[in-house]
Amino acid sequence: MTALLEARGLSKHFGGVLALDRLDLAVAQNEILGLIGPNGSGKTTFFNVITGIYSADAGRVTFDSADVTNASGRTIYQAGMSRTFQRSRLSLPLSIFDNIMIGNHKRLKQGLWFNLVKRRDFKRQFEEGYAAARGLVEVFEPALADRLFEPVAGLPMIDRRRIEICRALISSPKLLLLDEPSAGMTHEETAELMNDILLVRARHENLTIIIVEHEMGVIERITNRCVVLNFGRKIAEGPYRTVAADAQVQEAYLGAA
Amino acid sequence: MARKVRVSAWPAIVMLTIAAVYLVALLAVERQALIIALLVGGIAIVVAAAWLGLLVNVSASFSDHEDALGGCAIIAALTIAVFFHGNHFVLLLVITALLYSVATLGLNVQFGYAGVLNFAGASFFGIGAYTSAVLNAYTTLPHLLVLLIGGLLAALAGSLLLLPVLRTRGHYAAVVTIAFALLLKTFLEVNDVLGGPQGLQVKGMNILGWSFNDNIKIGSFSMSFYMNYFVVSLLLLVVAFILVRRLERSWIGLNLDALRLDETAASCFGLDIVRWKITAFLIGNFLIGIAGALFGMVGGFVAPNNYTFADSLLLVSILLLGGIGNPWGIIVATIIVVVVPEKLQTIQEYRFLLYALMVIAVLLFRPEGLLPRPVRRYFPGRRP
Repeated sequence: MTALLEARGLSKHFGGVLALDRLDLAVAQNEILGLIGPNGSGKTTFFNVITGIYSADAGRVTFDSADVTNASGRTIYQAGMSRTFQRSRLSLPLSIFDNIMIGNHKRLKQGLWFNLVKRRDFKRQFEEGYAAARGLVEVFEPALADRLFEPVAGLPMIDRRRIEICRALISSPKLLLLDEPSAGMTHEETAELMNDILLVRARHENLTIIIVEHEMGVIERITNRCVVLNFGRKIAEGPYRTVAADAQVQEAYLGAA
Repeated sequence: MARKVRVSAWPAIVMLTIAAVYLVALLAVERQALIIALLVGGIAIVVAAAWLGLLVNVSASFSDHEDALGGCAIIAALTIAVFFHGNHFVLLLVITALLYSVATLGLNVQFGYAGVLNFAGASFFGIGAYTSAVLNAYTTLPHLLVLLIGGLLAALAGSLLLLPVLRTRGHYAAVVTIAFALLLKTFLEVNDVLGGPQGLQVKGMNILGWSFNDNIKIGSFSMSFYMNYFVVSLLLLVVAFILVRRLERSWIGLNLDALRLDETAASCFGLDIVRWKITAFLIGNFLIGIAGALFGMVGGFVAPNNYTFADSLLLVSILLLGGIGNPWGIIVATIIVVVVPEKLQTIQEYRFLLYALMVIAVLLFRPEGLLPRPVRRYFPGRRP
């Protein structure tokens, strides 16, 4: 088993608060890893450190056998990692299509000459992007596929989540980081969204996922393995059933008996 | 939005025709009472049309036939110029509107797309004008090339600001541009080589021996020399408009929107924030500089006092009034801001008060401007 992503001794502190405390974490190729823990245990900080939003104070991160410790967000995206955000971060005035294409940045030609003068070539790339975005959106919600040029601002939460996931998936990443995809949605909506993600994963081989989630039903159903964090430290690791039965984990969630 | 059928071009053509006729009337009338009546009538007609829902058709037809209607707008502009072919004053006013539109389009790339607020627009405009003054006096460079150099020099001067603008965000970057404007004005005032506070004369344009500062005589028919400048200014606006339009409707326009709306998310998807901010800032100043270079030749004179902070504010207020990000809105707003105070001689001294009131009214009642920017459509008329 080769690790796709591996963090060793990763630490991050904000003032006196240790958000990540010498964290060792590895995800294997094709695995779905659940990252769980009480609020403030460092789950989102972990995502922010490995995607270049924060820099680590200590430790190393390797991704796809390259050292990406403190690499910029750009480098990490180019290497094949993409993410969603806990609080949806779509560009609301822009259309669905625009939002998804932001995620497709590495496939789009960025030269001035290409974009301003060679409009015919641009049109070809635009049509390719349109077909890809449409195909992806159809998996999640066929009704949205005909509304790609409507602004995101008017859409309900579940559709915004879908679009955020499409934005992360359009570049065919190797590793997808989902930060609480169920936030702001009902049980049924969450279940539907997870099914759609699994469907996309079945189509694209080699998609590894790390999911941060409070909805334990989701974690139980889709993950192969879980890592439990508390105060930035790993307190348990293993299949969901094992970690859920762990005394330390129960204490972290419910307090000491 | 999801209209499957193309709307006919007629509503927009009718609207354009009415607008052109109205503009001719407004420019032709001299009596103050009549002008005020025309202005009030114009506002009433627009409000009534919006009330009756007529404008929805017009805007749908505009967005489906933009290229053809752009052609119609050019014809309308030419018609207005031909109508006033002997009138120096009106032609100068029209040229001013055209060149301010070009400059505001530049500002739009910076602020409207990339979110970089530039309060030194008039300074970059002035750099273009000074370039014309110096190059036309001391060199024999072709004057079209001088325009281009004016744009390049404005972009180059703007690159002095890149470091502070990139390091600071939002309001702080705006303050840096204000500081630049003050520094440049002071520099020009104390620098005798560039004429000091008195400024410099700018030689008129001359292309292949055709002097732009002579009235045009064809047989017994004569036209104001401003007609020459009008044609070049209109061409410049058309080119700038197409450039900005294509920029918006490309991946670059998407990049700029993405970084303006959420820099962090944009950088998580591989956007090079610095590269695109620089690109937008330089393209914007380039357009402003070219417009300034041509404006210098039109006016025949540049001085530090012609390009002050108040003029920069004027450009920003045009952008706010027209609709940030919408090139058509910018042209409409420029016409309003340039033409109305000139025609309303009675309010001359209160013009800045009028601008302020207009901007406040727009921000209160129509925060996205007179013509709000529509959702990006890369290829208008394309059906999904």
